[in-house]
Amino acid sequence: MSSVAATIDGADIHAGHDAHQEHHHHETFVSKYVFSQDHKMIAKQFLITGMIWAFIGGLFSVLFRIQLGYPDATFPWLQDILGHWAEGGKLKPEFYYAMVTMHGTILVFFVLTAGLSGTFANFLIPLQIGARDMASPMLNMLSYWFFFLASIVMFSSLFVQTGPASGGWTIYPPLSALHEASSGSKIGMDLWLVSMALFIISSLLGGLNYITTILNLRTKGMSMTRLPLTIWSLFFTAVLGVLSFPVLLSGAILLLFDRNLGTSFYLSDIVIAGKIMPNEGGSPILFQHLFWFLGHPEVYIILLPAMGMSSEIISVNSRKPIFGYMAMVASLFSIAILAFLVWAHHMFVTGLNPFLGSIFVLLTLLIAVPSAIKVFNWLTTLWRGNIRFTPAMLFAIGFVSLFISGGLTGIFLGNSALDIHLHDTYFVVAHFHIVMGVASFFGMFAGVYHWYPKMYGRFLNNTLGYIHFWVTIIGAYLIFWPMHYEGLAGMPRRYYDFANWESFNMFGGLNEFISTVALVVFVAQILFVINFFYSIWRGRKVTTQNPWGANTLEWTTPIRPGHGNWPGEIPEVHRWAYDYAKDGNEFIPQNVPVGEDESKH
Amino acid sequence: MEQRKKIHPYKFNLWVAMGSMVMMFAGLTSAYVVKRNQPNWQVFELPHLFWYSTAVILISSVTMHLALRAFKKTQKSKYRTLISVTFLLGVLFVVCQFIGFYQLQQKGVTMQKNVSYSFLYVIAGLHVIHLIGGVIALLVLFIKAFSKKVKTYDPVPVEVMATYWHFVDFLWIYLLLFLMAIR
Repeated sequence: MSSVAATIDGADIHAGHDAHQEHHHHETFVSKYVFSQDHKMIAKQFLITGMIWAFIGGLFSVLFRIQLGYPDATFPWLQDILGHWAEGGKLKPEFYYAMVTMHGTILVFFVLTAGLSGTFANFLIPLQIGARDMASPMLNMLSYWFFFLASIVMFSSLFVQTGPASGGWTIYPPLSALHEASSGSKIGMDLWLVSMALFIISSLLGGLNYITTILNLRTKGMSMTRLPLTIWSLFFTAVLGVLSFPVLLSGAILLLFDRNLGTSFYLSDIVIAGKIMPNEGGSPILFQHLFWFLGHPEVYIILLPAMGMSSEIISVNSRKPIFGYMAMVASLFSIAILAFLVWAHHMFVTGLNPFLGSIFVLLTLLIAVPSAIKVFNWLTTLWRGNIRFTPAMLFAIGFVSLFISGGLTGIFLGNSALDIHLHDTYFVVAHFHIVMGVASFFGMFAGVYHWYPKMYGRFLNNTLGYIHFWVTIIGAYLIFWPMHYEGLAGMPRRYYDFANWESFNMFGGLNEFISTVALVVFVAQILFVINFFYSIWRGRKVTTQNPWGANTLEWTTPIRPGHGNWPGEIPEVHRWAYDYAKDGNEFIPQNVPVGEDESKH
Repeated sequence: MEQRKKIHPYKFNLWVAMGSMVMMFAGLTSAYVVKRNQPNWQVFELPHLFWYSTAVILISSVTMHLALRAFKKTQKSKYRTLISVTFLLGVLFVVCQFIGFYQLQQKGVTMQKNVSYSFLYVIAGLHVIHLIGGVIALLVLFIKAFSKKVKTYDPVPVEVMATYWHFVDFLWIYLLLFLMAIR
């Protein structure tokens, strides 16, 4: 049966099939690098596409930070690169909003969803569970190409005359639903919705493949409780995505109907520039419910992979077993469940029933419990460890630091009473950038530094890695810490210019400072990009199969694994992934049988 | 060495995908319920043709099931007949739905008029799109069944098809009952 399936699908996923092992596909340039069905190549495609997006999204933040930091200055070079969007060397308000919107959209979806879980789910799942490839390599390839199409559409929206979508990354109607409402609500908004629809299809195709692969294609002996925590986190990420993205799709479809087919799902009683709109009977709050039903799980879609990878990297580089493995899995599980039950905490001030609000406060604050368990376990794993401060390890520890700092302000914001004061201020911006944005970025960097040798057979340059880490973590705190004070003082987010508010004038110098640091941090990221591409061809070569002395299965493959991952049989698993410092051994890989003299675990 | 696979990964993929489709329709129907409790909601009558289309899709589910059985017993000609009938019934369902929408429009129940009508169009419309996807897949099986070149004995594609087809059938029954009960 296996051979029949293989010929039909053009790709063999059946590991039990012996003839496959020595068999090499004739790979052309196109089948190897472009329309590749090898999960490792698809992972690299996701990573590099994500990096290009991160550069664009990061550049936008630098550009709008220039406006915020130096509201009175003009920069002629801005007009050179942005044309009529920055006439006279100053960003136009419309384009400022467009850039804020695109910065959010790009970073949340294209970088930290596709670039992060797309990369590491693809790369690590088959390698760490002991599979030759994904359950359906074809769907996997389609997942990337749908993402690529979504990218093309989103990228093209940057170049239309009226500009890209500009109603904020949450695209709340009515602003986003009516062409007349703003220049960013014209064709740019339609392109945004089409791009996101393609993106959702990509996520779904990817996600269902990840779930199926983890549940069905584990190698012999790899029970669920022996899975590395990376795989558990990627599993819950995929479950969250598969269940929440379709709801966003429903919301987006209704919005497309409102925009282009004259329906009124979200619209009622609207007057634009003295003109009464015909729409009647809709409710903009409905969109917020549909949006945040995805939007909140999305936060964990971004964060969980970073948690999983940091757990793994911290354990490997502390040379100690992860503390509380089952508690880690259980807390991931409860975070995944709670993720679906807290969406209305984004809507405390929309006129939500205060009683309902208090239920959402309770559920929101409950997330502090699993989060605290995870933090405790990371710290206890580090405690008295034999720590190796590799760049990956530094980024993983940085992740824990940021997760704590950002998580604490989440407790403030989770209270509906405090939220009356704090909502839509810089306090929110500071909170989610630290806990979700920068923390997940750190998880991603940790993953890239740690698994780069497996991806390219070479190491990233350590010195550049250390510079990158220290500039980024110090910079991240210098940028976002002061924003808490601005937010507590009531300074609203998304504003183009604060000149008319006497009370916020005292923050002029602080804003300038934040913008300067943002620029420095951005330059440090370019250092990382240079390091990344330089090392692909010129990096120090990996000479041993297992450079980090790690237990997981990806380090039992050849230094440069081909399609199919293991040249011979797939190794059998005999133990969990965290046998470090056990019975006098520094580490015992998962494929080593349990010896006579070994204590049970 | 054996890998664990209790259920074929493609089938598992389909089940997860069906889960996500359920979430999509759950999102829409719950939005519908929320909206219905707000003022300015107009009650609509479903076109009678939807009853016939429901019968058509139910019968097609039976023929699909029989087709799968015939395939597994390698009764080739029987399979060919049944897969063709299923395909034609699928096309008939799509045609019925579109005529049903046309009749609605004739009666003045247009998509723009009231948000309740808009919901009806979007929910039933998205279902038809999912079903058209199934019809296209049926067409592929249909061509394969009559092709002289390709000989397949692998039941997985037919099984996946049958599962999806029953799914869109059940989905329609659910949506129909939902739209009847909660108007």
